[in-house]
Amino acid sequence: MDYERLLCSTGPYQGEILRASDLKHPHKIAWIQCVGSRQVIEGGNSYCSAVCCTYTQKQAILTKDHDAGAECVIFHNDIRSYGKDFERFYERTEKLPGVRFIRSYTSIVKENPETKNVTIRYSTPDDGVKEEEFDMVVLSVGLNPPADVLDLAKKFGIKLNPHDFCNLNPVNPMETNRPGIFVSGGFQGPIDIPESVFSASGASSQIGELLDYRRGILSKERIYPPERDVSKEDPRIGVFVCHCGANIGRIVNVPETVEYCKSLPNVVYAQEQLFSCATNSAKEITDMIKEKGLNRVIVAACSPRTLEPLFRDTVREAGINQYYFEMANIREHNSWVHSKEKEEASEKAHDIIRMSVARACHLEPLQEFDLPVNKAALVVGGGIAGMTSALSIANQGHEVHLLEKDTELGGIARRIHDTLEGLDVQAYLRDLIRKVYQHPLIHVYHDTTITGATGYVGNFVTKVKSDRGVTEIKHGASVIAIGVDVYKPAEYLYGEDDRVLTHLELEEQITKGNEKVINAESLVMIQCVGCRNEERNYCSRLCCSESVKNALKLKKINPKMNIYILFRDIRTYGFKEDYYREAADKDVKFIRYEPEDPPEVKAVKDGGKSILKVSLPDYILGQKLEIDADIISLAAAVVPSSATKEVAGLFKVTLSPDGFFKEAHVKLRPVEFATDGVYLCGLAHYPKFMQETINQAYGAAGRALTLLSHDIVIASGSVCGVDENRCVSCGACITVCTYGAIEFYDTPQGRKARVNPVLCKGDGLCNTVCPTAAISLKHFTDEEILSQIDAAVPEEEIIQKIEAAA
Amino acid sequence: MCTGRVDLEHVLRAFSKGVDGVFIGACHLNECNYITHGNYHALTMVNICKKIMENIGLNPERLRIRFMSGAEASLFVESVNEFVKTVKEIGPLGKVEGINKNALKAKLEAVTQLVPYIRLVERERLRLPFKSEEEYNNFFTSDEFNKLFNELIVEKLAISQITSLLRERPLSAGKISEYLGLAPSEVSRYMNTSSRQGLVRYDEGRNCFALA
Repeated sequence: MDYERLLCSTGPYQGEILRASDLKHPHKIAWIQCVGSRQVIEGGNSYCSAVCCTYTQKQAILTKDHDAGAECVIFHNDIRSYGKDFERFYERTEKLPGVRFIRSYTSIVKENPETKNVTIRYSTPDDGVKEEEFDMVVLSVGLNPPADVLDLAKKFGIKLNPHDFCNLNPVNPMETNRPGIFVSGGFQGPIDIPESVFSASGASSQIGELLDYRRGILSKERIYPPERDVSKEDPRIGVFVCHCGANIGRIVNVPETVEYCKSLPNVVYAQEQLFSCATNSAKEITDMIKEKGLNRVIVAACSPRTLEPLFRDTVREAGINQYYFEMANIREHNSWVHSKEKEEASEKAHDIIRMSVARACHLEPLQEFDLPVNKAALVVGGGIAGMTSALSIANQGHEVHLLEKDTELGGIARRIHDTLEGLDVQAYLRDLIRKVYQHPLIHVYHDTTITGATGYVGNFVTKVKSDRGVTEIKHGASVIAIGVDVYKPAEYLYGEDDRVLTHLELEEQITKGNEKVINAESLVMIQCVGCRNEERNYCSRLCCSESVKNALKLKKINPKMNIYILFRDIRTYGFKEDYYREAADKDVKFIRYEPEDPPEVKAVKDGGKSILKVSLPDYILGQKLEIDADIISLAAAVVPSSATKEVAGLFKVTLSPDGFFKEAHVKLRPVEFATDGVYLCGLAHYPKFMQETINQAYGAAGRALTLLSHDIVIASGSVCGVDENRCVSCGACITVCTYGAIEFYDTPQGRKARVNPVLCKGDGLCNTVCPTAAISLKHFTDEEILSQIDAAVPEEEIIQKIEAAA
Repeated sequence: MCTGRVDLEHVLRAFSKGVDGVFIGACHLNECNYITHGNYHALTMVNICKKIMENIGLNPERLRIRFMSGAEASLFVESVNEFVKTVKEIGPLGKVEGINKNALKAKLEAVTQLVPYIRLVERERLRLPFKSEEEYNNFFTSDEFNKLFNELIVEKLAISQITSLLRERPLSAGKISEYLGLAPSEVSRYMNTSSRQGLVRYDEGRNCFALA
């Protein structure tokens, strides 16, 4: 965390990485992982803190950004990059020049009193024990429960688990022992940002279930002043240049930039502001619009991504159409990245603002659309995710159509007998299914195929064929929870020898009490089968814990069984670490292998008995190891459901590189798609445990409710429109619009293309294929864009004029 | 707005304003933020534009497209730095190519006039069914593309440049070939075609061509 502050531009050295002792740049930095985590010692936590592996990688990448020549060494145990896209991130870090990952325990030997450098002792299989000196050492300190947790728990009467995090209901990890009190985020245990976000949405959905009867009674409608018609006026532009505290002002000369703005054509007013987003600053903007008669407003500050809605609201308050607002990004695009070139940064701020001013002159007032919202929801997929989501939505008074492709509900959970923590999954599932069938607002469709999906946020129409016949479902929101498939291994004699099973098949056989399995003398589990490779460059997240669970069960039934788990990294993150330790304590043997030299499996006859021979190198002993196995279990990868592509096409949503559904934002909007009104949960998003699935399923319900609880949704005014006089009905725009937003209409002048503004997403591709420039994306017209390009390189005479004025 | 919204005309305008290089940053291919895969269209546009630049005597390395996600700041920085380095090595627009400012403007104006036609050609003949950058690059470096480009665009481009030159003042065939860096035989072929199309006429008195 200290290092995180060092990297930050608002940190102690304004983003420069310096040592506190001598204010020098460290060039050789070591990270030591698992400090205070995965340790059963005084002051340590037995669990894995779940987030440090990846944050260390991020810090190493940022360090290399600051100083390309820096040497970064990460001393680690297992690398636990189990999150979505984390494996690629790990690979990227590993490939950076000067970054070394060393799998070793370490001890700090000494600090050199003169240089203040630190010596670390570690060992590698090749070189034995070594010592190495570093300029700086970063300890990857794990996560603790909040400091005042005992007090907090006492106040609210909440029970804690043995690690002093909240004691969670295994089938509803947001619920505490006190009805009406919910938890989300880190208090659930050490979790990453996406899980925190979806548990927060999930908790809000559950609170919604309790408070639905009071929904909306405290809200008041915003009333804006009537919009002033400024279309006949010449542009009167006001520019507000933000210091953003020190973020911009420290680099860009703001007062001088304000003077520059005043010299630009059509600018009638300019001023500086400390924080344009502060309430008093917004008030200042509306006041100035009225006082100076401004009809265009530019705020030169940060990225429009976060604050544009706020400033649009501000200009509306002053009676100006919100599309007359324009943002010039002089922070992310400028002061943050040019902190070392202050003068050039000021010049660039001038350029950026000049371009915005040019564009602002051409802006047009646009109207947004109110769309009615159909109050029903569609949930695709009847597994735990889909059912949980459906129940939470239905409990808040909305009709839900739940589609299941199979003849019965339950999804992949039907194959899971219990969890590592001991939950009886089948009993839970039976209960959940009963609740779904009994809910009067949930309509379940079995044997379903979706034959068509049209419509848009608030007004979808989905056609399905199911045991209810052919139906057309109208709904306002869609939740995609179609689950996953399990990889069918082509490796390790799977499918050729019936003693080779997948981990899920092993669980089934243990549950059935198959004698061959439970009486085996020797059982080998091979991890990472079909993933963490070139073809599937991700970690399936669940398999390490699944194998540990199976191993513990087998040890309980048959303590004498020799169990070997062949792994690359054991990724029993969070509290699951305790079970890994338990397995190791019960003499389950964990043997690491490298992907370059994977285990080999052969069926051989040995003294009349047929056995499976597994051979692999042992890196600790430095020799080839041979294990005779009666049963082999493969931790087969979790793969995207075969229906994923089809469903993505139907609902017009996108996929990540690994073929799972792609959320709108990996950290901030993990249960939504970029497509409005479509939500996501469960394994279809990425492999995850049941608890995490339940968090996310409630989360998706919570987000769906924010849509369904409103009577209208507002669609952007920045959509395409057709100038029918110029349209030659060639259909080029219709061909490229995969949203289906453009159609031909018959007019007295013949067939013309027309845009359905509700379906248009404003990408503007059609603009570049129209041979007559008849179709144009509002707010991003050619005129607006070209004016910006022109202003980027001002004509010489303009430059002179500006220089003369300055 | 999508990279697919970046129009050939926008790129040409930037060059005609004297910009030395144009860089387009797009989403990764097959990871469209929309569902339209507009970045493939941008890739096509860039390839056509580069070919045109080559044809009118500009270094095509002045235009570059790179694919990246919003989370790949380092890739962005790397790509931009590399590009800036390339453009600095190439040098100032027009000067290194030996084209004076006005001739360059006229050339780019001539191409801009063709944008609607190029859009038609792109749609009818150059829309590709592929789904990878490699396949696109293979196509745009293939003989097939060269042939199509020569058949469909080269002549139009030359005639468009000629008419834009003649708009300024009548010129002799020799001067035209000098301005455009074309062989006299090519020029006379284009002059034949364009006078047949009624675009230009031969002014016998002054021994030069003028707009019809």
